[in-house]
Amino acid sequence: MAYDKFTTLTSSAVPLPIENVDTDQIIPARFLKATKREAFGDNLFRDWRYNSDDSPKKDFVLNNPIYAGKILVGGNNFGSGSSREHAAWAIYDYGFRCVVSSFFADIFKNNAINMGILPVQVSPEFLIQIFSAIELDPNTKIEVSLPNQMITIQATGASESFEMNGYKKNNLINGFDDIDYLQAMKSEISAFAAERAV
Amino acid sequence: MSQMPSTLFDKVWDAHVVRKIEDGPDVFFIDRHFIHEVTSPVAFLGLENRGLSVMFPEHTFATADHNTPTINQHLPVADPLSANQLKALENNSAKYGISHWGLGNPKNGIVHVVGPENGITLPGMTIVCGDSHTSTHGAFGAIAFGIGTSEVEMVLSSQCIMQPKPLKMRINVNGSLGKAVTPKDVTLYIISKLTTSGATGYFVEYAGDVFEKMSMEGRMTVCNMSIEMGARGGMIAPDETTFAYINGRELAPKGAAWDKALAYWKTLSTDAGAKFDVEFNFDASDIEPMITYGTNPGMGMGISKSIPKGIDLKGGTATYEKSLAYMGFEEKEQMIGKKVDFVFIGSCTNGRIEDFRAFASIIKGRKKAEHVTAWVVPGSHIVEAQIKEEGILDILTEAGFLLRQPGCSACLAMNDDKVPAGKYAVSTSNRNFEGRQGPGSRTMLASPLVAAAAAVTGYVTDPRELM
Repeated sequence: MAYDKFTTLTSSAVPLPIENVDTDQIIPARFLKATKREAFGDNLFRDWRYNSDDSPKKDFVLNNPIYAGKILVGGNNFGSGSSREHAAWAIYDYGFRCVVSSFFADIFKNNAINMGILPVQVSPEFLIQIFSAIELDPNTKIEVSLPNQMITIQATGASESFEMNGYKKNNLINGFDDIDYLQAMKSEISAFAAERAV
Repeated sequence: MSQMPSTLFDKVWDAHVVRKIEDGPDVFFIDRHFIHEVTSPVAFLGLENRGLSVMFPEHTFATADHNTPTINQHLPVADPLSANQLKALENNSAKYGISHWGLGNPKNGIVHVVGPENGITLPGMTIVCGDSHTSTHGAFGAIAFGIGTSEVEMVLSSQCIMQPKPLKMRINVNGSLGKAVTPKDVTLYIISKLTTSGATGYFVEYAGDVFEKMSMEGRMTVCNMSIEMGARGGMIAPDETTFAYINGRELAPKGAAWDKALAYWKTLSTDAGAKFDVEFNFDASDIEPMITYGTNPGMGMGISKSIPKGIDLKGGTATYEKSLAYMGFEEKEQMIGKKVDFVFIGSCTNGRIEDFRAFASIIKGRKKAEHVTAWVVPGSHIVEAQIKEEGILDILTEAGFLLRQPGCSACLAMNDDKVPAGKYAVSTSNRNFEGRQGPGSRTMLASPLVAAAAAVTGYVTDPRELM
């Protein structure tokens, strides 16, 4: 899946201070029946966001107009459970381009990067600082610089560096993806396969 | 090759690295690729948009399972969206020359049940599928893990994915398991100790005499749940039990190819002195039949114990309280005696013949509790046939249970097998997340024995009392 380039993003953020947000909450299985990648954002956090009669749940953060932005800030162990890439598609389609947490589940992290969503892992202390800054001012801006691998709370100037391997970083900054890379080494793969011949 | 002692995981991983990227992932070769109807259509669409083809269609195997009805499979699928996904899998498989075991095919069933039972899953292989429970296949000493749809597209188009090599964890369980303690209880116990994220970033090897003595089906149950503690996968060194299971299966190697494969498989174990990044040791005698009380698989406990206090656990109490509130449970309560509305036996975790034998051992001569709705769902048509041949169907029928047709069913409730809001289910599946078995459903994960005890009494019951 080719995607948008990611360099620096400055945006207000939506806080979701819940731990172990699993991919069944991000998008329940009954909404995985499409054969195209369209409109998954409508069902993002479906059962936390809507009542069974489809009316919005007033106390859920996505239904609170004071919170908006391209950054989603989640609690520890975000994205555990199912490998459904639909979870990343729903987050992207809703409009988020970056997810911040103190810990990510492996498959979700890969899926997010493959969609062009930047997963930013921060320390538990910095995560609390972000939640506090948003609580103080829902419009507070968070700056995420991929080239510098740095996340900054603009109001306080507090910042922290985050990890990202050089290969993936280069991909995201330039909008390259793994499939392009693999296609360019097909003959090497063919030779490898011939040698293995399992 | 160096003479450094090496782990099983290293041996298999290193044999599949096509290229190492500096400050990046490995280009990792995949031997076997399973696909199903839910996570593959967008990958095929991606191939089309790029004008790419499938590089090795003979290494990919398609089966329909997630979205299939478990009754009246001979009729057209009623839900148009589900029918459309099933049709897309059939069409895509035909277009690219991929073997397809769709609805009605005698080999159809849950992807992680049919792979091993047909001899597709073999030791030393790398196996992926757009499904996190692909870790199941690690029971054979394979490196097997779940991937996203973008990665499905990578495997289709290049037979490779890009993966950083995970860290290594070994979990040793030694000693003798007590009465009614099954492989499901062993894995729920381990996850309750490590938590739902305790193995994230790691690949696990299970070792010790508990796993050495365990059947292949039990090993599959354990490896299946590896993802529930965050691990990408789990594996067990292949041994005589493994070889005996594989020998003679339809797609397994035969004749000279078998001899050659067997010689290689016998090299697949961790050398003495090989290093792991982290290691855990558990004593089998500490494990009793388990049940979960919360909304992630790490929230499990011995069935005779009380729900722990949030303050005694690692992690935030807010999340813990939210979880108990969802379940309608309170700290320090007993689980024994809680009313059960639904019982589900099946799934890639516990949908094999040994699971139905265990279930039948308790319901035999008893009756299903009247207020319980039970879904008895075999993992495949082959399992379904075994249930009939062994007389288990008669036991089920006598006790008031209906045997359904194979599929993922109420494990993720994509089809009509949904637990209604607020109702309690004892389920042999793998996830007790909020709404997993239907919006508002409340799931207690357990073994087939605990499920059977609940099904006949209508309440959470210690199966040891019925044995």
